[in-house]
Amino acid sequence: MRTSSIADRVRQIRGSGIREFFDIAQRMEGAISLGVGEPDFVTPWSIREACIFSLEKGYTSYTSNWGLPELREPISDKIYKESGVYYEPEGEILITTGVSEAFDLALRAIINSNDEIILHEPSYVSYKPCTVFAGGAPVCVDTEVGDEFRLRAEKIEEKITEQTKAVILSYPNNPTGATMRKKDLEEIAEVVNEHDLIVISDEIYGKLTYEGKHTCFSSLNGMRERTILLNGFSKAYAMTGWRIGYAAGNKDIIEAMMKIHQYIMLCAPITAQMAAVEALRCDDEVERMVSEYNKRRRLMVEGLTEIGLSCFEPKGAFYTFPSIENTGLTSEEFAKRLLFEEKVVVIPGSIFGACGEGFIRCSYAVSQYELKEALERMGRFLEKHRIV
Amino acid sequence: MKEEGKEEEILKILEENARISDKEIARMLGIEVNEVKEIISKLERAGVIRKYKAVINYEKAGIETVQALIDVKVSPERNTGYDSVAERISRFPEVKSVRLVSGEYDLSVLVSGKTMHEVAYFVAEKIAPLEQVRNTVTHFLLKTYKENGEIYEEEEKGERLAVTL
Ligand SMILES: Cc1ncc(COP(=O)(O)O)c(C=O)c1O
Repeated sequence: MRTSSIADRVRQIRGSGIREFFDIAQRMEGAISLGVGEPDFVTPWSIREACIFSLEKGYTSYTSNWGLPELREPISDKIYKESGVYYEPEGEILITTGVSEAFDLALRAIINSNDEIILHEPSYVSYKPCTVFAGGAPVCVDTEVGDEFRLRAEKIEEKITEQTKAVILSYPNNPTGATMRKKDLEEIAEVVNEHDLIVISDEIYGKLTYEGKHTCFSSLNGMRERTILLNGFSKAYAMTGWRIGYAAGNKDIIEAMMKIHQYIMLCAPITAQMAAVEALRCDDEVERMVSEYNKRRRLMVEGLTEIGLSCFEPKGAFYTFPSIENTGLTSEEFAKRLLFEEKVVVIPGSIFGACGEGFIRCSYAVSQYELKEALERMGRFLEKHRIV
Repeated sequence: MKEEGKEEEILKILEENARISDKEIARMLGIEVNEVKEIISKLERAGVIRKYKAVINYEKAGIETVQALIDVKVSPERNTGYDSVAERISRFPEVKSVRLVSGEYDLSVLVSGKTMHEVAYFVAEKIAPLEQVRNTVTHFLLKTYKENGEIYEEEEKGERLAVTL
């Protein structure tokens, strides 16, 4: 056999030693997990019911490569209603197998080899590897707690070269819960315009915004043509397992993404698309869940502060990102010891980029009961080690 | 948050969990504990909050109870309509709820007792003979699936992974 049968660009992405820790965490009996990245709610019943009904009626075939028109139309309406941007259901909206697929398509549709893609950290773990797989070169920009983990236009500008093709924007942010103000986004829009860049805006947590209103990046002046807007059903509708997302953008880019999609995926599952149609009629359910997350968000921020961890106040998604710097432990050590000593799962911040070191991600997509119990255990842990 | 907004939020929280502490409510809503106390006592005084009770699955507790829904057809009275007879029925402790409804019959009455015999006897003795009552139909409850917004069977929870990034 050759030295390696695995392609270089796959080999260069390393699963770090943290995998082993995650395996242990997955299996530990009696553990409370704040390591979850998905809602604790089951998909609302009316959505599940619509799906069952579609199966009973025999909807089990492929759909159009673009996705069901009955789904693209209300998505177009919804984007228009919420942010004032109109996307043609024919040709400007593509239904995908989760935002995950849409993200991969977006990168592959635009990257020529060694194009540079600017992304901010800490952020969702998939961005960097997907960029590499697509043949691009990720260029990271740090965001800081002192600046509420916002991405600054001037920081983007510092990293721009001849090779820069696009910027990935991910707010409300996983793992920090940070959001961007409209003004921050407008400054970015200016830079994007000036340097003729594309923006891939992952707005999957947009609905989960607790203070202020989420601004859709493509609603900014001149940005509709430059933005690939990604969104989906996983988080806001508690539909992670259904695998439904979508991309909206200008005809050329969406057409290019569709070209790839039709060969690699063909279409998103019809059953899930049927369910998604119903989901778009379930605003009340979304509101109910958002209101519950908001309560837990406040409980958690106060609770963390009380046990001695300083915590940036997240305004979106369902994560808190407290600093553990005063414990003198690395985020990985902290997470490991907390798991073994008190059986609470948290995610080391370093997973989300080097500048995430010194923080841990704690999800509040857990019941209030679990949240309280976890905080109690964490408090005991901190006290025991007199690290507070 | 507006005043009425806070009241509604607090009511919803208490409806979900009446044993929650004022401090926790305050945290959830991002307001002061004193304000929570004030709002709750105001709602209690105004009779908006009637009582704090538990939702109990007696079957699970192994305590036998029998409940029946009684459809009652009534001749309304000239001045008071359905009110006087409804109030009269309401006073019996065996009666858990009384509602005026549209349709075939007029009052829907929930009666609770230890045995079927006891419930049937109560209806025959106390409700059927009332002057304004023209007819009763008794439906014994066989199984409760959902009560006060709570589904009785084990909570549905898919298994989630402990770690997802
Ligand atoms: C920021 C972000 N984008 C995308 C995804 C994946 O979404 P989907 O389930 O639609 O593929 C996640 C999931 O955790 C996420 O946090």
